[in-house]
Amino acid sequence: MTDNPMSDGPIGDAPVQLPLPGFDAARAEWRQAYAEQIGEEGTVRNRSGIEVKPLYTAEDWDGSGYMDDLGFPGQLPMTRGIYPTMHRGRTWSQRQLIGHGLPEDYNLRFRTILEAGGNAGSLIPCNSVYRGFDCDEVDPVLLGTCGAVVNSVDDMDICYRDVDIGSISTALNDPLPFTLLALLLAVAKRRGVPWTKITGTSNQSDYLSHFIANHMFYRLSLPGSRRVLLDHIDFCQRQVPGWNPVSVVGQHMQQGGATPAEAMGLTLSTAIQYANDCLERGMQPDQFLPRFTFFFDISMSFFEEIAKFRAGRRIWQRLVRERFGASDPKAWRFKFHAQTSGVDLTRQQPMNNVARVTAQAMAGIMGGLQSLHTDSYDELSSVPTEEAARVAISTQNILCEEAHLTDVIDPLGGSFYVERLTDEMEARIEAVIARIDDAGGMYRAAEAGIPQIMMGESALAFQERVESGAQTVIGVNKYEVDEVSDAATPLTRTDDAVMGGHVARFEKFKRDRGQQAVDRALDDLARAANAAPGTPEANVFGLSVAAAEAGVTHGEICACLRRELGNGEPLVLA
Amino acid sequence: MSQPPKILVTKIGFDGHDRGSRIVAAYLRDAGMEVVYTGPWQSIDDVVTLATQEDVDVIGVSSLATDHLLLPKLMDALRAADLGHIKVVVGGIVPDADAESLASAGVARVFHPGSTREDIVGDVGDLAREARAGNAVA
Amino acid sequence: MSERPVQLPLPNFDAARAEWRQAYDDQIGQDREVRNRSGVEIKPLYTAADWNDGRYMEELGFPGQVPMTRGIYPTMHRGRTWSQRQLIGFGTPDDYNQRFRKILDAGANASNLAPCNSFFRGFDCDEVDPALLGTCGTVVNTVADMEACYQGVDIGAISMGMNDPEPFTLTAMLLAMAKRQGVPWSRITGTSNQSDYLSHFIANHMFLRLSLPGARRLLLDHIEFCRGEVPGWNPVSVIGQHMQQGGANPAEAMGLTLSTAIQYAADCVERGMDPNRFLPRFTFFFDISISFFEELAKFRAGRRIWQRIVRERFGATEPKAWRFKFHAQTSGVDLTQQQPLNNVARATVQAMAGIFGGLQSLHTDSYDEALNAPTEAAARVAVATQNILCEEAHLTDVIDPLGGSFYVESLTDEMEARIEEVIARIDAAGGMYLAAEAGLPQTIMGQSAIAHQDRIENGEETVVGVNKYCLEGAAEPVTAERPQAEAMAAYIADFQRFKDDRDGAAVDRALDDLARAAAAAPGTAGRNTFAKAVAAAEAGVTHGEICACLRRELGVGQPLVVA
Repeated sequence: MTDNPMSDGPIGDAPVQLPLPGFDAARAEWRQAYAEQIGEEGTVRNRSGIEVKPLYTAEDWDGSGYMDDLGFPGQLPMTRGIYPTMHRGRTWSQRQLIGHGLPEDYNLRFRTILEAGGNAGSLIPCNSVYRGFDCDEVDPVLLGTCGAVVNSVDDMDICYRDVDIGSISTALNDPLPFTLLALLLAVAKRRGVPWTKITGTSNQSDYLSHFIANHMFYRLSLPGSRRVLLDHIDFCQRQVPGWNPVSVVGQHMQQGGATPAEAMGLTLSTAIQYANDCLERGMQPDQFLPRFTFFFDISMSFFEEIAKFRAGRRIWQRLVRERFGASDPKAWRFKFHAQTSGVDLTRQQPMNNVARVTAQAMAGIMGGLQSLHTDSYDELSSVPTEEAARVAISTQNILCEEAHLTDVIDPLGGSFYVERLTDEMEARIEAVIARIDDAGGMYRAAEAGIPQIMMGESALAFQERVESGAQTVIGVNKYEVDEVSDAATPLTRTDDAVMGGHVARFEKFKRDRGQQAVDRALDDLARAANAAPGTPEANVFGLSVAAAEAGVTHGEICACLRRELGNGEPLVLA
Repeated sequence: MSQPPKILVTKIGFDGHDRGSRIVAAYLRDAGMEVVYTGPWQSIDDVVTLATQEDVDVIGVSSLATDHLLLPKLMDALRAADLGHIKVVVGGIVPDADAESLASAGVARVFHPGSTREDIVGDVGDLAREARAGNAVA
Repeated sequence: MSERPVQLPLPNFDAARAEWRQAYDDQIGQDREVRNRSGVEIKPLYTAADWNDGRYMEELGFPGQVPMTRGIYPTMHRGRTWSQRQLIGFGTPDDYNQRFRKILDAGANASNLAPCNSFFRGFDCDEVDPALLGTCGTVVNTVADMEACYQGVDIGAISMGMNDPEPFTLTAMLLAMAKRQGVPWSRITGTSNQSDYLSHFIANHMFLRLSLPGARRLLLDHIEFCRGEVPGWNPVSVIGQHMQQGGANPAEAMGLTLSTAIQYAADCVERGMDPNRFLPRFTFFFDISISFFEELAKFRAGRRIWQRIVRERFGATEPKAWRFKFHAQTSGVDLTQQQPLNNVARATVQAMAGIFGGLQSLHTDSYDEALNAPTEAAARVAVATQNILCEEAHLTDVIDPLGGSFYVESLTDEMEARIEEVIARIDAAGGMYLAAEAGLPQTIMGQSAIAHQDRIENGEETVVGVNKYCLEGAAEPVTAERPQAEAMAAYIADFQRFKDDRDGAAVDRALDDLARAAAAAPGTAGRNTFAKAVAAAEAGVTHGEICACLRRELGVGQPLVVA
């Protein structure tokens, strides 16, 4: 037992004498005992392919690397966190993705979550919205089953009824051309809330990830998407300065099969692409980079995920400084939202998912996230029931306020294993970035199918590990039981008549609006899409907002831009 | 009430987990009540005898592990000893279905886990006043 | 490791730290003083200035080597994961058998039998109010009951945890059953989980059956017997869990437990036993609260202190004697009756702390444990939680994965210092036996219990659903399983028949032998009370009869009530 004389003194007071006396002999003795007792042992590798040794010691990482590898929170190289106070000062935002049924249903659920301690909102629209259609254009049987039906400025107004939209942070699951944000800004104007008070994130701005991995969100052609994203960034920078127009979505890559290191690498490469495009449009890195955000998956591979996030922070600050010359410390911050991984949840024995989500969330928290969505235990059998959604929120509250995980910044910092793994993950991630660089950047690589192939191979390899039993999934390939007590919850569907009423209301909204203004707004939008980019008159997003104010619907905006900019078709590789 | 409320804090049956009963006893005492504390394993007869000798207003029974199932018998014994005015409360782990049957047996209040100091001190104080008023009438 | 010398002082460290500190102070606003449950002040950041590798050999070393901080075995969980020891017990022996075999199928690999509370109090089923029978555990009174409990299970192949306070009638019946089945006692492995009579006297009175002097003597008889006849059995489990559930903070619980173990070891030495032989069979049993880092530091510190104690105080030279083997259970005190499914998340966090702390065996509480004896569905989720942590989350790939963390190492040191203080206090009182008689640990625990409750009451410590985020109408209806009255009546009838059918003369003889042994001076050859209890069980003497005989001869246990 040694007391701690230097905890507040200068570090030089206790010089470390190396080699440590006795270290080599003790190690040899341990290795001998280990080898005798372990029996047959195969190589252990994590999902990213890194070999995991049975033991890490001071020879894997030692304090001499402190300043280079770690530093202090809020300082380069950012490994220990992007803010000086991190979770001790302000804990993460609880950003539960919710949405089903009508705007009224969303409003009710969202207010319940605010009352239960949630402090940020997110909106998941119906899949018909994702595909770019209004409710009167699709088969009504699918309406509202996976998210809220939001098509008009009236719908958006109902979603946030009795909620002060100027005081919450809102994440919109809103792919290009960002019609939900356009509708929200139109609501703000109606209510007299200045746009400068609107804060939040366009969660689904990462069109490359939609093209590559999550096709449901993919609406416009690649060149059209590229242009609309830049217009969006440009517009927000000028008019909605508290809004994060870019969220680069590593979650799609990892859910699509990329290993954690690949997902991080592909995401950083995508962010490089967007930053380069912004530069080309003439924007300033110190201005646009602080509004870049990221969105990641957290798998069950606990330490690997923690190391992934720590390595990501370290690489990003280096990239923005070295490649883009960013000099504002705000631009160096790797801000990320994370979601516990649905892929690792099971439909069997759904309550087990509460334990999984808890472990995943802890990895994200110890990885230094800024915002968190915890999956509901029934997410694999339906849109979350209210009860399951409540447990998901409580899980965050328990981790945040009962378990004392937030008292200390980067609590695992210095762990021989975590530091070594962070270094190794960093090297793997860098290798992925180098591969995409070689292909000419992410835009080109995606067109050529490189990330798609990478993810496909990793997805297969992981599935084979599950099939062969090398990776256990409780209740699926081991410890299966006959399901009885907690059988899957039924799908909640909005009553047909109620949904019919909503569609009728929507049609009435369209009949009652000023048709001339609508036509004019759509003409302006079409003209902008065909004009050379770079002026406010040609800003497609600016004109989408104007259209929303004029009563143009989500589906009409999407249809116009599909026509003018081309429909999005993913590259299908199988 | 001129004299402070007088509360018997006890455990009946088999269980011996006493963290809860000790905390409650301390809280009631801090609130100015007079507390008689027995420790575990009292028989029904022990409790009735002590309640008579000490002239208590409220009996608080702590139950972690199903000992609350004996409470209907305690209620009968109190009535038989002409101590029907005494209020009996139970704190601990009591399933909802049992809480209903305890209420119909005459148990005045069930404090579930998570009950606050304020709830317990407030309710026990009120019940003590009721008990004393009931006794005076009788 | 000679290749990379550490150059200290690190260039720029002091300047960078000053800059961070300034930024931190500017942004934190009013910083709160943070202390963990044990009272250790928690700083916002730990760095190489709080712990560095210069202390590697002294404080950490290698797994299976002194000072044992990184684990007691060279391979730890990478070689063999912990035992899943779910405590179950409910209804009749047949009910237990059904439940236990399901849990074995669900992946558990060890048994942990919880008998009925009537049993804990030392009575047979025909001595108590039938309303309480089998509501909290299994009614086990005879060797026939024990056979019903383990019907279809190879008792020589699984590790048996017995929730069996002195005079260890369950173990006696287990050994009697083994003899009947022809399973040699050398193949019986497991633990007398409730051998820690001091913890029963101090904290968990339900298990206290015999007077302190009687209990002291019986434990030594039990240890001596098992050492000779059942070498794979752990006769001693020292139970920090009772201390912590009773209100001790984590450092106090660890300190009081180690002091208790010191008492038992000193008693064994006095009885003439060899530390190198009895210490390897000492085991521990702890609570894991939701104070995540504090708990894992508690376990790491406990390992370090124990190896020092056994070497320095008892001169143990056998490395097996240096190992701090422990079972842990997620803390029921931290669970809530409100919104019970939230308890799955709590148990997960608690279990992870125990795993990172290097446990050998684990019980995860069921989410409805704050409500009643676990339902089957909830028990299944509890087992699955262990399987998920063990096999999906890859927590076991690396030994002591948090080792080296500036915070964890610094906290381990600070917990160690607090624990040492508690041990010194008990030492100064003349050891745990005298301290317990004087009420010292009871007072420590009582004060800490109230201090913690006060923190919850005033909101300093959040309990979700209890003092924050409470929801109206969110309480799921709580249902309790009760044994079927007919089944219990049939059981009691069987029990009567068992007594009617046995050889009455043999029973009387066995009870006489037991009484004579108890009356003889401790340590007298041929007068081991536990050996006589085993012989009595073989002769068909019941649990209640053994307990009654020893209560009569050795005195009834009465706790010291401090309130």
